[in-house]
Amino acid sequence: MPIISYREALRAAMRDELKRDENVVIMGEEVAQFNGAYKITEGLLKEFGPKRVVDTPISEAGFIGLGIGASMLGIRPVMELMFWSFSYVAFDQIVNNAGNIRYMSGGLINCPIVIRGPANGGTNVGATHSHTPEAILASHPGIKVVCPATPYDAKGLLKAAIRDNDPVYVMENTILYNDKGEVPDEDYIVPIGVADIKRVGTDLTIVAHGRAVITSLKAAEILEKEHGVSVEVVDLRSIRPLDEETILASVRKTHRALLVEENKPFCGVDAQVAYLIQARAFDELDAPIGRVSSIDAPQIYSKKLEDLQLPYPARVVEAALKVLA
Amino acid sequence: MAKPAIITHPESLKNPAGPSEYSKHPVNTSLTKEAKIALYTKMARIRHFEQRCIRIYQQGKIGGFLHLYVGQEAVAAGTISLLGKHDHIITGYRDHGHGLMVGMSMKECMAELTGKVTGCSKGKGGSMHYFAPDKNYWGGHGIVGGQAPLGTGLAYAVKYRGEKGSCFTYMGDGAVNQGAVHEAYNLASLWDLPVVFVVENNGYSMGTSQERSTAHPGCLAKRAEGYNMAWDMINGHDVYEVRAKTAAALKRAHEESKPTVLEIFTYRYFGHSMADPDKTYRDKEEIKEYRDKKDPVLLFEQELLGEKVLTPELVESINTAAMEEADAAAVFADESPEPTFSDITKHIYWEEDNRSKKSTSSGTIIFE
Repeated sequence: MPIISYREALRAAMRDELKRDENVVIMGEEVAQFNGAYKITEGLLKEFGPKRVVDTPISEAGFIGLGIGASMLGIRPVMELMFWSFSYVAFDQIVNNAGNIRYMSGGLINCPIVIRGPANGGTNVGATHSHTPEAILASHPGIKVVCPATPYDAKGLLKAAIRDNDPVYVMENTILYNDKGEVPDEDYIVPIGVADIKRVGTDLTIVAHGRAVITSLKAAEILEKEHGVSVEVVDLRSIRPLDEETILASVRKTHRALLVEENKPFCGVDAQVAYLIQARAFDELDAPIGRVSSIDAPQIYSKKLEDLQLPYPARVVEAALKVLA
Repeated sequence: MAKPAIITHPESLKNPAGPSEYSKHPVNTSLTKEAKIALYTKMARIRHFEQRCIRIYQQGKIGGFLHLYVGQEAVAAGTISLLGKHDHIITGYRDHGHGLMVGMSMKECMAELTGKVTGCSKGKGGSMHYFAPDKNYWGGHGIVGGQAPLGTGLAYAVKYRGEKGSCFTYMGDGAVNQGAVHEAYNLASLWDLPVVFVVENNGYSMGTSQERSTAHPGCLAKRAEGYNMAWDMINGHDVYEVRAKTAAALKRAHEESKPTVLEIFTYRYFGHSMADPDKTYRDKEEIKEYRDKKDPVLLFEQELLGEKVLTPELVESINTAAMEEADAAAVFADESPEPTFSDITKHIYWEEDNRSKKSTSSGTIIFE
């Protein structure tokens, strides 16, 4: 199987879908002539031309809203946000319009739009460019949110998102863009709402999404080697819909749960996951649920401190040992 | 770059009463007698529907907000009467008139107001959220100016598909200070999209007059120049003038795929919504002046009586029929069932409402 980067996997998904469906349009700031701020869309303008790959002005409320309007008539826009942090100036369009129109019209209208881009801290760019809004957006019924952690999932989830008839918001991570992994050339999708066991274990369940999965896998290695603990890592892949059964099955097996995410703790994704576990697997738990989030402050600029603000393997190991104690 | 088209001057809008100078415009002379009667009938239907709504609201049967269109009928009627197969419509929350103009029934509109399952949005949208996509009507939007980018996107889709069409994107005068509107203006002009932005200027953004809300008041359409767009101002009390000047914008959209901003001067007789006691920001004399001298339905009635298209008998029968239709809609709304408890969680996701063997996603999507 070919080994390609997360970046190339996203590009391959878009290329496949541009070929498959003439209504798919790639749109965003610098996606065409500039070849993408992160080179995700590199070469697509040349291959598909300016009707299918469209540069927008810096005008998120305008062009995201435009994409939503076009999607109501059956166009399938794949909109790139240079940072999900920039979604905040388009919040009314993303939530009130894309998220509500189907409901408010009693099911007469749907918005098959994809909005994608990086949503992460850890890149030394300060608070305004480091938001992780997956929990905020997933708290709105009408919206789907996915967070791929690997190149395989990046391609499969993005293709599933583009074919989905509901608004799907794909949150990537710039730190993962160069990560490499096995990705099939052929057509496949990763179904939205299906979690993946990224590592099988018996003593502790770690639930994570996005880059926190990679951090957790590193922590699991350390826990195995240095502490003789067998850790299972559940990668949510999708935040809404949420694969509750896979989480619960793992907890019922290991009886201990640690939740890891790069969000801030208050009302993060893991608040929902912790509620789920206590509600439906309370008797299975041998210890209180543990949690590792970003330290609760706006994202700090200082590189040295930002690395400590986000979850990192040693912090995950420490938290895991507490749950295991 | 093409020079923006400047077509009219506000001076011409000062005395809109009297026979319309636009009655001889080809877009109006081409109307058959039957088409003129039909246009008048539609305006009368909007008027009587809205007036019936007041009674139902006062009976406590309409919740939330009710923004009435009374006084503004010629705007929706004049513009929408020109539209064809590939022309689309989207507006803000004062959306009843547009809905009736595109052919929605009074029954489905009234039932939506009372939150019944027979409403156009099955009781899920309410007054501000009428939709009829089968009639190219895309709402009905509650957030001021939020529909402007959507309308621009509908026009983008029309152009993408190679259709000779447009999207009429309506907003009130209060919307012109919203950022989303300016972003939509820029994109529409930058990408030559066939969108017609219609600013229905009724003078007040809720209770704030234009003088108190808008820099450079007096002409909101002129802001189009900043985006290299054509613009025009229209006396919205004269449906013939609305049609004549809108036709030019529609042609620009169809023939050149270029946007236009139309500012249509109009007036609402009731408060911003029924929740507005309408006592703090304008005086009764002003309302009376408009009702007596510039009423768009009465002016068109006079016009058509003068043309011998209408007779007093016909006027009476049209208005009686419209009142009876509104009464019947009220009864229908009253007698219709409420949505059921389980309806709360329907129509959230397309995939959940269309589950089949082909469905790929799984997992919990509606949470307890």
